[in-house]
Amino acid sequence: MRRTSLIATGLLLTAYLVATPVSGEELKDLHFGEALFHAHQGQFFEALERLDTEVRQHDGVDEPERDTLYFHINDAEFSLGDFELRYRMHHRAGRAIKAVLEGAVDELVRNDAAYRLARIHFQKNQMGDAMQALQRIEGNIPAAIKDDIEFLRANIHLADGRPAAAAEVLQGLQDSQAFTGYAAYNLGIAYLQDGQRQAAIEQLDRAGQVSSDDPSVLAIRDKSNLVLGTILLEEGNYAGAIPYLNRVRLDGPFSNQALLSTGWASMSTDNIERAVVPWKILAARETTDRATQEAMLALPYAYGKLDVYGRAAISYGHALDSFGAEVDKLNVSIESIREGKFLEALIREEIRKDKDWVIRLRSLPETPETYYLMELLASHDFQTGLQNYLDLADLRRKLQTWQANFDSFDEMADIRRDHYEPLLPDIDTEFRELDSRMRLRIEQHKMLVRRRDDLLTTPRPEFLATREEQQLLRRLELLEAQLRGGQSLLATTAKQRLKRLRGLLTWTLETEYHERLTEFDLNLRNLDEAMAVLEQEYDEYVRSRQAASHSYVGYQKPIKRMRAQVREAAGKIELLMTRQGHLLEVTAIEELVARRSHLENYGDKARFALADSYDRATQAQARVDE
Amino acid sequence: MSRLIRKMLLAALICASSASLSAQELSGDNTRSLDGQVQEIKSDVLSIASELSNLEERLLFPSNTQISLFVSVADNEDFRLDALQVEIDGQLATHHIYSFQELGALQKGGVQRVYTGNIVTGEHQLRITMMGKLGNGDDFNASDSFVFAKGVKPKALGVTLAGPGSGASGIQVGDW
Repeated sequence: MRRTSLIATGLLLTAYLVATPVSGEELKDLHFGEALFHAHQGQFFEALERLDTEVRQHDGVDEPERDTLYFHINDAEFSLGDFELRYRMHHRAGRAIKAVLEGAVDELVRNDAAYRLARIHFQKNQMGDAMQALQRIEGNIPAAIKDDIEFLRANIHLADGRPAAAAEVLQGLQDSQAFTGYAAYNLGIAYLQDGQRQAAIEQLDRAGQVSSDDPSVLAIRDKSNLVLGTILLEEGNYAGAIPYLNRVRLDGPFSNQALLSTGWASMSTDNIERAVVPWKILAARETTDRATQEAMLALPYAYGKLDVYGRAAISYGHALDSFGAEVDKLNVSIESIREGKFLEALIREEIRKDKDWVIRLRSLPETPETYYLMELLASHDFQTGLQNYLDLADLRRKLQTWQANFDSFDEMADIRRDHYEPLLPDIDTEFRELDSRMRLRIEQHKMLVRRRDDLLTTPRPEFLATREEQQLLRRLELLEAQLRGGQSLLATTAKQRLKRLRGLLTWTLETEYHERLTEFDLNLRNLDEAMAVLEQEYDEYVRSRQAASHSYVGYQKPIKRMRAQVREAAGKIELLMTRQGHLLEVTAIEELVARRSHLENYGDKARFALADSYDRATQAQARVDE
Repeated sequence: MSRLIRKMLLAALICASSASLSAQELSGDNTRSLDGQVQEIKSDVLSIASELSNLEERLLFPSNTQISLFVSVADNEDFRLDALQVEIDGQLATHHIYSFQELGALQKGGVQRVYTGNIVTGEHQLRITMMGKLGNGDDFNASDSFVFAKGVKPKALGVTLAGPGSGASGIQVGDW
């Protein structure tokens, strides 16, 4: 894991959380994996939507250990808080992580959660709560976050005005690989805030010499040197400041300020020729930069000191033209913001696909205002407002799509209703008839099964008689009943014949009983299979019948309710976007007006100095002519 | 003039964003209040999204016919997945071309729901074709067919993709 931006710059601190994907474990829950897929692409809304639903479903199951999310539940709850934080929903993020903290979880997990909670509070500028969360950490700490915890602790101390405590913590982090440069710089700042001037200078000197090829570490190294040089400049130790300012890389983010300061340090030691060099470099750089604008005045000032009034006059003239052009540009920018073009440019999707989209805004011809807003764009409050505005714009787009979808859903349900409703009554009538016949057959089947089971325990050969045999038996019984009282010879003979016939029938039934029972059992088994197929088809029919109804019944109310919810949310979003957008525009215009006023002030000075230089150049020429 | 300019320089160094501070201070409270309201509306929209997904699923993909295909990349694979094609019973179900972001998300352990549709219960034929590039820049593609049974419950199939070095076609399909 690479840490880049948990850096203290005086009291300016930023924090971020790192997503917690399944680390080295086999993924067992697809929906958790799906949420991670979106989160890894920065689509935190989609990630949250899926994971939130999944975690809520998991919480609702009777036997959570049989649910696939059970294997990742700690990760999932962590990730939920993480995604919420990344989607700038700090309130919910705090709640999610507190839930982990209060659950019966492993010490490592609890400590990780406490650290995350502390970071959330830190980001919300709630230093007391942040420290309280850190104090809950005890026992085993995940190795990966040990240094992070201490760095955060030091930052909280710094932000809360306890530089001595911060310094003590930061001393323990000087060998940390993860915080190379940052811990050294912050320690210097902590000493400085604690009034330990000499210790601060020595520490910033060390921070200004760290070796690394990481651009962010190199930037913090430059910053250490710049701050140290500035401290010495403030104290009037101009010569002492120069070596530190010279350490700042010429192509780094702090190079403009370093060049400007180097010039002033040289100027203050009366080394005017040496001041010209950095200022000349700087004056040729991006005109919108504050340091560049200052150098455009400082350079001719140095020429004047060198008595090169002609060149000074030309440079002042150039500065004047340049300031005038910049003021015009600012006027256009202010007008452009008032016309709403700034906000229009911000929500252009194709720009935001680029991770450096804020920088790329500068290259857009229709957004000249962004030239002067880079500092403002980087400030925390403006960033929060800007991100909120962009998030609201995304939500508005989603809601618009959903609104259109509702029409399709309604139409879909109507088409299905129109198709099924005329068919279903006839189908239902036929089904009811079929259903009663089926139930009769099912009962008959059950009766036969019972009979077979009875025969296995109590043999009853007459039960297996064929239809003819049964008719014969009934006829014999009838004849026997008719002859019961007869005493005549004819009756006696008939009785004997009947007895022989019954004997013959009984012989057949008894001798063929086992064979018949086997056949009966075989037939019944075949019938079982047929009945199983019948029941399966019956169930399938019932499911299809239900599916037909479910395909159009029961959607009207939820669609209507959701339409209203979406409409209401869209209204709120529109209102919030207007307010947020207005705030951004006002803030941007204020910034531009301040910069314009600054430039106008510079312009006045340049105009005066230009006239003065011309006078001096003329006087010098006159002296030469004499 | 040098004193004046130097003062300006020092002020700029000590507090680089001081010029915009007044504007920020003015707007700070508003920003925080708005921020709270934005968080609330996000929460509202998330809950609408969740309910809407549920409704969509019921309406468009009833459980007795629903089938979903999820794609993941095997651990420690460095091949570049360019595209994936899924056919069910000989019919094209979906074709997806991967962006770098999507590929990165898959390599970090994410799982992509590549297809959700409807099929009848019974046995079906699934054919997966993947196209991509190997670490050495060579193109590669692989296809494999599988048979699966769809019951009355929603069907979820997990497709795990690996490079040619892993043996066989590099495509595995399993039930979830």
